[in-house]
Amino acid sequence: MSDVQLRGFGWRHAGRRAWAVRGLDLEVRHGERVLLLGPSGAGKSTLLAALAGLLPEDSGESEGTIRIDGLEPRKARERVGILFQDPQTQIVMARSGDDVAFGPENRGVPAGEIWPRVSDVLDRVGFPYPINRPTSALSGGEAQRLALAGVLALRPGLLLLDEPTANLDPPGAALIREAVGRATGPETTLIIVEHRVAEALPLVDRVVVLEPGGGVRADGAPEVIFAAYGDKLADEGVWVPGFHAPPLKAGSKARNDVVRATCAAVTGRLRPVSIAVGAGEVLAVTGPNGAGKSTLALLLGGLLAPTSGRVEAFGDRRPPHRWRATTLAGRIGSVFQNPEHQFVTSRVRDELALGPRRARRSPAEVDRIVTELLGRLRLDRLADANPYTLSGGEARRLSVATALATAPRLLVLDEPTFGQDRRTWRELVDLLAGLRDEGHGIVAVTHDDAFVRTLADRTVPLGSPEPDPLPRRSRP
Amino acid sequence: MTLSFAPVADPSAPLARRNPVAKAGAALLFSLPLIATMDPFTPAVALAVELIVLPFFGVRLGVLARRAAPLLLAAVGVLITMVLFAADRSGALLFSLGPVDVTTGVLSTAGALVLRIFAVALPGIVVFATTDPTDLADALVQNAKAPARFAIGALAALRLVPLLGDEWRSLSLARRARGIDAGRNPVAKVRLFASTAFALLVGALRRGVRLAVAMDARGFDADTPRTYARRQHFTAADTALLVLSLLVALLILAASAALGFFRPVV
Repeated sequence: MSDVQLRGFGWRHAGRRAWAVRGLDLEVRHGERVLLLGPSGAGKSTLLAALAGLLPEDSGESEGTIRIDGLEPRKARERVGILFQDPQTQIVMARSGDDVAFGPENRGVPAGEIWPRVSDVLDRVGFPYPINRPTSALSGGEAQRLALAGVLALRPGLLLLDEPTANLDPPGAALIREAVGRATGPETTLIIVEHRVAEALPLVDRVVVLEPGGGVRADGAPEVIFAAYGDKLADEGVWVPGFHAPPLKAGSKARNDVVRATCAAVTGRLRPVSIAVGAGEVLAVTGPNGAGKSTLALLLGGLLAPTSGRVEAFGDRRPPHRWRATTLAGRIGSVFQNPEHQFVTSRVRDELALGPRRARRSPAEVDRIVTELLGRLRLDRLADANPYTLSGGEARRLSVATALATAPRLLVLDEPTFGQDRRTWRELVDLLAGLRDEGHGIVAVTHDDAFVRTLADRTVPLGSPEPDPLPRRSRP
Repeated sequence: MTLSFAPVADPSAPLARRNPVAKAGAALLFSLPLIATMDPFTPAVALAVELIVLPFFGVRLGVLARRAAPLLLAAVGVLITMVLFAADRSGALLFSLGPVDVTTGVLSTAGALVLRIFAVALPGIVVFATTDPTDLADALVQNAKAPARFAIGALAALRLVPLLGDEWRSLSLARRARGIDAGRNPVAKVRLFASTAFALLVGALRRGVRLAVAMDARGFDADTPRTYARRQHFTAADTALLVLSLLVALLILAASAALGFFRPVV
């Protein structure tokens, strides 16, 4: 039961020239459920952090006022709960029940009331395990449900969700939305930031669109907003409902195989699998979590040795995992799920030059490659930026560009479209279709149905792993 | 590389069940007095006592041996250093390695040092093998009055440590995919290790900051006094464990003095 009132609110992070949010007038009455939209960089996450009282006064400059039930956010922290993207950095304790109890302990809830409360919220979010389940044994979707329970245990009047499903696979994301719907009653005011609009719509009754320059662009019922602003929002990268991409399939049949795996398996991670990828085709590897999709990507990428079976590529007698790294990078480009893992230098430009330099190209050639890739992936403006400071979409584009810099004939991508806005998605799909038509072989491990429908020439579904037993929860 | 901090002992063993602060305190009270002497007899007796109480902690010898394995490395190091550089070459000459005379005196000093390493380190290893980190943090806050900010904060950080193993693997693979490997060049190996370690550190810091914000949002370190969902009790048995540990340590020292083995450090 919380009211939110913003009057000309603005925030500028210390050291930045542009305001993250500015001139914001907004009123949210208690019990309302609001979806906050806007292109990347419109300041949605900053606004949630401000509402949660998580912007320290010395970390930037503010203007206007922000009130929760008439209080400043710092004084209203007991009324506000916030759930972030990544479950790994929200879970504090080693055992599930202890983690839910962490918040109530901090707020001084009497010890006798804590455990009944823990049990109650775990039931409400549909947590399927006993309370002593180690938090390290939870899947992403389960861990995020636990994190949600930890927030709900504080009984917030205002619940803020900052892209709560961006790090999850589709089944995990569905479970979180279901848990939010079930666990929050009419007494909770809800503000959600979420890229995947269609999926979040059942949870909300009002949509507020932020204008990147400042202020509110539109505010109202979802149908009204999407009828009036849908196309513009789609162009800006928002996943508006009812989106369909035209298919981009290969024009000609795939030519001879670039890489072939024969009964390749990795003990405990991947059951024996035989596939081949040809030049000029896109192969999508799908399947549930734990089926070994990422492991297969590592095998095909020459980064992991199979414990049984064979992987052969490029007609080389030696298997890819035995090649020298420079040889490997010149033949197979791997793009990891987390782009930051792949960055080794402190400038975008150096990041792109690294591969060609190690392959002993001449400085003039290196320059040509870097300039071309900067342009092709719209990174020119960021040439001197630190790769770690890029936004999610920019970092993804850079990680693909680094893999292309050594001109490999085969590309292996692990969840390339994960958590991307519609615009980056579109660019990636177009880029990969272009590479395929130039004769590259492309393997993509993915959960993204739209990606498979649009681009994949063939799909290999990997089988499900052993089902995980779901014991009933008992009291300690 | 998998790191785990889960206890490996039978949790119902009579001494494993004691309050974690009492166990840690007892380990300190028992091993610190032993440092006072340089002779081999005192640590040998202490080691014998430690092995006798081991079953009461529910730790099997094999498990302990595995956890104590890194100590062997230290022991070998001490042995080599002493044989090569010890100033005191008294006692009967056993054999010569070129210019180095190995005498009974040298071996006895080295042996005493090795025994000391084991006698002092084992109690700590046993305590951590029988204690859940969560229980230790709870007991530190509730019984030893340590600040929650420190104890719970360290506990939260500890939970992120096993993730570092996976992260290291991903970073190493990603570097190979980028065309970076060291081959057989030792200098390149060190540089690759350093750059991977730096990336690991950057990632860990970013994750730590995000975790700290999430903890903040859940009221950690606010002005409200904390309550405890899990109670840790410090009982008479815990006090007895502390007192007994100190008494046994002093008894061993007294016996060593009475039998003429005691050799003070200073």
